[in-house]
Amino acid sequence: MNYIPHTKDDVGKMLETIGVSSIDSLFSDIPQALRPKSFNIPQGRSELEVTERLRRLSLKNAAHLINFVGAGFYDHFIPAAVDAIVNRPEFYTAYTPYQPECSQGWLQAIYEYQTVICELTGLDAANASLYDGGTAIYEAAMMAVRLTKRNKIIMDSGVNLIYRTMLYTYTSNLSVEFVEIPVVHGQSSREELFKHLDDKTAAVILQNPNFFGAVDDYTDIVERVHKHGALAVASVYPVSLGMLRSPGETGFDIAVGEGQSLGIPLSFGGPYLGFMAAKKELVRQMPGRIVGATVDKDGKRGFVLTLQTREQHIRREKATSNICSNEALCALRAAVFVSLLGTEGLKELAQRNFEKAEFAKCELSKIPGVEVKRSSPTFNEFTVLLPGHADEAVYSMIDKGFACGFPLGRFYKGMDRYLLVAVTEKRTREDIRGLVDSLEAVL
Amino acid sequence: MKLIFEKGRHGRRGYVQAKSDVPEAKPLDKRYRRHKDPCLAFVSELDVVRHYSELSRLNYSVDTNFYPLGSCTMKYNPKFTERIASLDGFAQVHPLLPQISGGGMLAQGSLEVLYDTEKLLAEITGMSAFTMQPLAGAHGELTGVMLVAAYHKASGSRRKYVIVPDSSHGTNPASAAIAGYDVIVIRTAADGYMDLEEYKRRMDGNVAAVMLTCPDTLGLFNPRIKEIADIAHKAGALMYYDGANLNAMLGKCRPGDIGFDVVHINLHKTFATPHGGGGPGAGPVGVSGKLADFLPIPRVIRRTDGTFALDYHRHKSIGYIAPFYGNFGVVLKAYAYMLLLGREGLIGAAETAVLNANYCLARLKGHYELPYGRTCMHECVFSASRQAKNGVHAIDIAKYLIDRGYHPPTIYFPLIVKEALMIEPTETESKETLDGFLDTMVEIARLAEKDPASVTQAPLHMPVKRLDETKAAREPNLRWQP
Repeated sequence: MNYIPHTKDDVGKMLETIGVSSIDSLFSDIPQALRPKSFNIPQGRSELEVTERLRRLSLKNAAHLINFVGAGFYDHFIPAAVDAIVNRPEFYTAYTPYQPECSQGWLQAIYEYQTVICELTGLDAANASLYDGGTAIYEAAMMAVRLTKRNKIIMDSGVNLIYRTMLYTYTSNLSVEFVEIPVVHGQSSREELFKHLDDKTAAVILQNPNFFGAVDDYTDIVERVHKHGALAVASVYPVSLGMLRSPGETGFDIAVGEGQSLGIPLSFGGPYLGFMAAKKELVRQMPGRIVGATVDKDGKRGFVLTLQTREQHIRREKATSNICSNEALCALRAAVFVSLLGTEGLKELAQRNFEKAEFAKCELSKIPGVEVKRSSPTFNEFTVLLPGHADEAVYSMIDKGFACGFPLGRFYKGMDRYLLVAVTEKRTREDIRGLVDSLEAVL
Repeated sequence: MKLIFEKGRHGRRGYVQAKSDVPEAKPLDKRYRRHKDPCLAFVSELDVVRHYSELSRLNYSVDTNFYPLGSCTMKYNPKFTERIASLDGFAQVHPLLPQISGGGMLAQGSLEVLYDTEKLLAEITGMSAFTMQPLAGAHGELTGVMLVAAYHKASGSRRKYVIVPDSSHGTNPASAAIAGYDVIVIRTAADGYMDLEEYKRRMDGNVAAVMLTCPDTLGLFNPRIKEIADIAHKAGALMYYDGANLNAMLGKCRPGDIGFDVVHINLHKTFATPHGGGGPGAGPVGVSGKLADFLPIPRVIRRTDGTFALDYHRHKSIGYIAPFYGNFGVVLKAYAYMLLLGREGLIGAAETAVLNANYCLARLKGHYELPYGRTCMHECVFSASRQAKNGVHAIDIAKYLIDRGYHPPTIYFPLIVKEALMIEPTETESKETLDGFLDTMVEIARLAEKDPASVTQAPLHMPVKRLDETKAAREPNLRWQP
C-alpha cells in the first residue's frame, strides 16, 4: 500500500511534459557508485495487517496497572473534548503558521495558550512552546547566561534528576559552571545556597513542588538572588498551580515546566510540552516562536508570529536558540484542557489531587514499619520510607496490579528504602485502599 | 473572532470533577498557596468545542488544501497511524515503567517499536545505529553536533569550526553555535552547488564537521558530494547529513554510502507523521560505527532471549538529551507508516515526489525565472524576480495563492535566491491537484504583467487582510489582558 494517486496514464503524460522517457532518468544526477549498497526493507502490508500487528504489540505493555508513579509525569484524566479538538485535521495536518492569513486559527489558539501560561505562572509573557520540561530548563538557564553575561548556575537538587542530567549534556561544551545545592529534610538548603550565591551567579534554578513532592515557599531565596543581580528560575507542575503560589507571586523571573499534566497522555515519554513564561523585560531573549496580536489593513484584529529577529531562520548562528518546530499540538491540548476546566475547575482539580494524596499518606502511615515523610508539606506526591528495599516492594506490587511508586534508590544513592508515591484525581478511594492492603501484604 | 476569554459567562463550566471520595484535608499554610486566582475562560464544553472548531476552519492544512511548502514535505498523513498511537496500550504507558521493574518487562511492546524503527531507519540511511531521542529536527541537529564534539574530544582533537553552505537551513548554523562551535559559511557557486574551491580552502584540521542537506535546499543532488565527503574525512572532519530532504533519496541513495557520519531524520517530513501546526515532530539521529558509543542513553537493546531492554551503561555516551526515549507517539506513527509502505512503497514515494517536482518545474519554467535550471529532486526553487520588476514580489504571489485556496510555497528561502519560491509538491498529490495549482501560478505570472495591482492587493477573501507585522514587533501584545 502507498498513498500515490497516479495512474499509468498520468505518469506517462507527466514524463512527456518533463521531456524524459522514464522516472529513472530523473535520478541521473546520482552517480551509479552512490546507489544503495542494500535496501533490505520488508514488503509493504495492508492497513489491516499493520494495525493488527501493532495492536498486539500494544498489549505487551503493562498499561493496565493502577498507577502511583509520577516523578514529574502524571496520570491525569483527559476529557474527551480535548481529543476531539486536537484530532481536527485542520489543526494537526497544518504546519507552523508562517502565512498568517491562512493560519489565523492556529495563531489565535497559540495566543490564547500563551495567555493561559501567563495566568498560571503569574508572569507577563510566554512563548508558543518548547520540547519538554527539561529542554525548557536548559533554555531558561541559557537565557540567564545571555542576560547577565555570567556563567555560574546554581541548581537545587530538588530539580528532577532527569532534567539536571539533560542540562549537563547540553552544556558539556560550553563554559557554564554548575553548583548543586543539597536537599535537606526534603527542602532546599538555604545555608548551602546562600554560601554559593554571589555576583558571578547567572541564575538559581528551583523546582516546586520539588522532585520529592515537597512544597516550598521560595520568597527568601528569590529576594537574595535578586540582590546579587541574578535571575530566579522556577520549574513548576502546572496542575499544582491551581493551588500553589505562582512563580510570579514569589518573584521569579522565569517559569518553566513540563506541561504533560494539562491534557497530554503519558505516551511512554512523549510527545510532551515544555512551557516558558517570563517577565516582560526578558522577552527579547526568549527562545522559540511567539505569537502577537496586531491589526490588518482594515484595522481588524489578527495574529502573527512575532519578534522573529530572535530566531534561527533570521539570525542563524546568532539566534537565541536553534529551536524551530516545537510542540504546538501539545500546546493546543493544554489550552483546550485549561479552557474546559476554567478557574474553578483547575482549583478543584488541584484540590482533588491534594486531598487524595493526603488520604493516601494517612492510610499508608498505618502500615506497620512504613513511615510517611512529613518534614515538608506536599501537593500530590510524597516519599515513604519502607522497612526493606523499595525496588523489591515495587516488583512484588506489579503482580498485585499496582505500579505503586518510583523507588528513589534508582536516582539517589542511599535512598534504597524510599518510595515516591503520586496520587492524582484518577485514583479512587478503592485504588488507594487496595494499594495500602497490597503493600501491607507484600512487605 | 472573539478570544475564548471574551466568550462565556462567569460560573459556566466545561468540565466538573467527580465528587470527592476521601475526607477533607487540612489546607496548606497560606504562605504556600496562591493569592490571586488565574483568570481563565468561563465556558461550557459546547462553547469550547465550537470555539476551536471555528478556529480550526481558519487554517489551511494538508487535509483541506494543497500545501507545497518547500523543505517541509507536507505529504498526506495517513489516518490509521493516529488510531494506533491512541491505543491505550501505547498512550497510557508511564515512561518510568521499564525503569521500575528491572529490565523493561512492563513495556516490551513500546521497546520493540523503538528497536525495530531504529533498524529500519539504519537500513534506509545506511547508518550503523540510531537514537530515537531527539524531539524535533533541530533537536536532532544539536544532538548530532554534540556527537561530533564528543567524538573529537575522545580522539584528543580540539576543533573549532563547523562548515555550512550559505544555502543551509538557519537551524544548521544555530545548532552548531549552540553546541559551542564557530561557523564557517561557504558560498554557493554559479552552478548552484557549494563552491568547491572555497570549501577546499577553508577545510583544515580545525574543522569539526560539514553540515549538508542532500539533495540541497535548491532541490539539487550534488554529483560531487562524495568528493566533498572525502575532502572532509581527509582533514579528519566529520560529515553531517541534514535529513530535511531525505524524501527524494528513499531507496535511491543512502547518506551512509556517500560517507556521512551523522544523519538526522525528520519523521514529520519523510515518514508522514503530521506536523501538528508546528510540532510535535521527531528528529532521530543515526551514526556510523565509529560514533555509536557516543549516542545518548538509554539505548534500546535486544537480549539473547528475544526480549528488549534499556541499556544505561555506556560510559562514552553524551548522556540524556531527552527525558526518556524520544517523542514515542511520533516514532510509533512513522514505524506504522514504514511497515505499511514497505520497500516498494518507500521507493515509490521518492520516485513520485521527484516526478511531481519535475512536473512543476517543467510547467513553470517558461513563466518564472529558474536560477539553477536543471532536473530537480523533490522540490524546485523559482525566483519571482521577473514579476518583482512589475512590483509583484514573492510575498504577493504567496498571498494571491492563499486567496485561491492554496497554501503558498516557501518564500524567501533559500536565502541565496532572490524572491525565492520553493515548491515541494510531495508524492501524495494527484496530477489534477498539481495542474490546478500550476494553472494558478501561470495566471499570476500573466497578471503580474497585465494587472499587478490585482495580485498585490491579495488576500481579499480571507478572514483577515495583510497584517501589520511591524506593529506586532514594535508594540508586542503577546497575551490577552483581563
